Amino acid sequence: MKGKFWKIFLGVWLSIVIIVGMSLPMVPSPQSFFEFPIIPGLDEKARIIFFHVPTAWIAVIAFLMSMINGIQYLRKNDLIYDVRSSSAAGLGLVFCILATITGAIWAKFNWGAYWNWDPRQTSIFVLMLIYGAYFALRSAIDIDEKRASLSAAYSIIAFVTVPFLVFIMPRMMTGLHPGSASDDGAGPVVDFSMDTTMYIVFIASLLGFTLLYLWMYELKVRLGKIELYYESLRSHD
Amino acid sequence: MNSVHLQLENVRKEFSRRIIFDKINFELTNGNSIAITGINGSGKSTLVKIIAGILSPTRGIVTLTVNGKEMKLEQYHNYIGFVAPYIQMYDEFSAYENLKFFARIRGMHFDAGYADQLLDRIVLYSRRNDAVRTYSSGMKQRLKYAFALLHKPEILIFDEPRANLDRHGIATVYSIMEENKPESVIILATNDEEDLSHVETIINLDELKEQQKSEKQMRSSARSKQPSTEVAK
Amino acid sequence: MLYIQQTAAVFIKDFKSELRTRYAINALVMFVITTLSIILFSIGGERVSPDVLAGMLWVVIFFSAMSGLSRSFVSEEERGTTMTLQLLAQPAIIYFGKLVFNLVLIFSINTLVVTLYLLLIPLFTVQTTSIFLLTLFLGSFGLACASTIIAAIIAKANSKGTLYPVLSFPILLPLLMTVMNATKLSLDGAPLSEAAGEFRVLVSYSVVLIAVSWVLFDYVWKD
Repeated sequence: MKGKFWKIFLGVWLSIVIIVGMSLPMVPSPQSFFEFPIIPGLDEKARIIFFHVPTAWIAVIAFLMSMINGIQYLRKNDLIYDVRSSSAAGLGLVFCILATITGAIWAKFNWGAYWNWDPRQTSIFVLMLIYGAYFALRSAIDIDEKRASLSAAYSIIAFVTVPFLVFIMPRMMTGLHPGSASDDGAGPVVDFSMDTTMYIVFIASLLGFTLLYLWMYELKVRLGKIELYYESLRSHD
Repeated sequence: MNSVHLQLENVRKEFSRRIIFDKINFELTNGNSIAITGINGSGKSTLVKIIAGILSPTRGIVTLTVNGKEMKLEQYHNYIGFVAPYIQMYDEFSAYENLKFFARIRGMHFDAGYADQLLDRIVLYSRRNDAVRTYSSGMKQRLKYAFALLHKPEILIFDEPRANLDRHGIATVYSIMEENKPESVIILATNDEEDLSHVETIINLDELKEQQKSEKQMRSSARSKQPSTEVAK
Repeated sequence: MLYIQQTAAVFIKDFKSELRTRYAINALVMFVITTLSIILFSIGGERVSPDVLAGMLWVVIFFSAMSGLSRSFVSEEERGTTMTLQLLAQPAIIYFGKLVFNLVLIFSINTLVVTLYLLLIPLFTVQTTSIFLLTLFLGSFGLACASTIIAAIIAKANSKGTLYPVLSFPILLPLLMTVMNATKLSLDGAPLSEAAGEFRVLVSYSVVLIAVSWVLFDYVWKD
């Protein structure tokens, strides 16, 4: 992502997504292209999908990128992969917090409480704990190489154990979250269907946020590279 | 005794982007002895750890060939006897128990006769059943030689071989070295003059660094002599 | 075969060392007793629901594991014997030796915890013994698998004691949720077949963790 064009493009793109997402009217049965359908049980609160879902999505993608770069570090022993891995994790943590907060605010208005231990809420909480543990581990190791290999190992272990939650959680708790499999009775009954317009805005938002994340990631990695280079200059005298 | 061949090619080690040493090259085979010297922090211990396979180099290759067969890194320990201040014995066990556990963990038969012989050699036989906790630092150091020799390794690495030893202990170490010299590879990490007289080759890490630096300067000054105004920037 | 003998030798070394120094066991036993007393005090004469008791049992087990299982690696690091071990055997052997040691440790501790728990808390009545015992066995097994590799990681870090539960908790959460659920089933008197899903999760959890630890241990163990 080089050049001014991308930055301007992304700015315009996200502005449009935000304005459209916030302002288009919601009507019971959309007639024109510029109307969203009302989803029963969600109403105007459904607009959060344009902002909350992309942040959660990025929190997960960043975790994946962090882990993959961790594996690359273990294979190639080059600190640049550690820079990538930790940069992804750093942004992942930020987006994870954003997703948790936006989700909790929405939950307050939709479910009546900020926190309900719904499977999705539990999952994002666990992801946040993993990010937290990852950085706690990193700050407790002095040697760069050791820090890189241990934190890579930890993110791999976390990555393989988290999917077990997907199996066990539905057995323990009822899902309240829109779109979850066991969405019966407890929460508002939601037929989670978007019409074409809503879907296009949603995808556009997902794309915009992903590009934003990649841009931030690129910046962080470049900064990390400069730091590495500076360190090596200093040690060569 | 197996024929061993140890080769280091362009070995470099960095810790947190700080280069400890670079472009270390040498080859050793049965009957060779070498000493690695250098001031504190020059990377002597780091280098011998890399040779022993307990630390991996940042760049470069270490190859160990035994009887013409290239060894995997995880097999190196079978051919290496290592004595160093940072290698400790188990305090709660006696010298004899330590050796017994070491043999078993190595997966070899514990030869009690040979263990007794070793303990006798390092003058610990009478204290062999006392817990290592009760030993003096010199006795602990001597026990490390039994640890290093128990599996009859082809490569002996002694980092600060004289540490904590009295005159008698030092004499024992030298006799161990002289005895193994004809058939084994001996690698010392030391700055002691007397130690150096027992080896054929000496590698000074500081001199090596100076040499590499001046070569680099010569190369860069040769480059900067070319007419160019860019350099000033 | 030789590998098994070597692994056994690592285990025996640790076991004898533990018998002699009682690095882990004394602290562990005291920890269990203290925690159980606190729970008994807080319950008092209340009628606590079996669900809560099932959860609390695993809270005690989790924290006991966190207080004892890191010793296997931390003590090697503290005594400076890590390199000694590195010079004796390949990493996989050390890993499996330590894993077996941690398994034995957690099984003995959990036997103590459960015995005391059953004796001291009369409300905790197991209806389906088969579910309870299997859960206990598989849960302890998985707990040892996860905490062994995390112990190997934190042994190389600075603030080992506090870091251990922090790193272990997210990894252990799926396991803890599963065993708590299965324990509830055993208290409710559910038939064995009803807990089959839980058992499948526990078995695959352990298998996955052992496989991943085996691969990663090389990188963790060496400096």
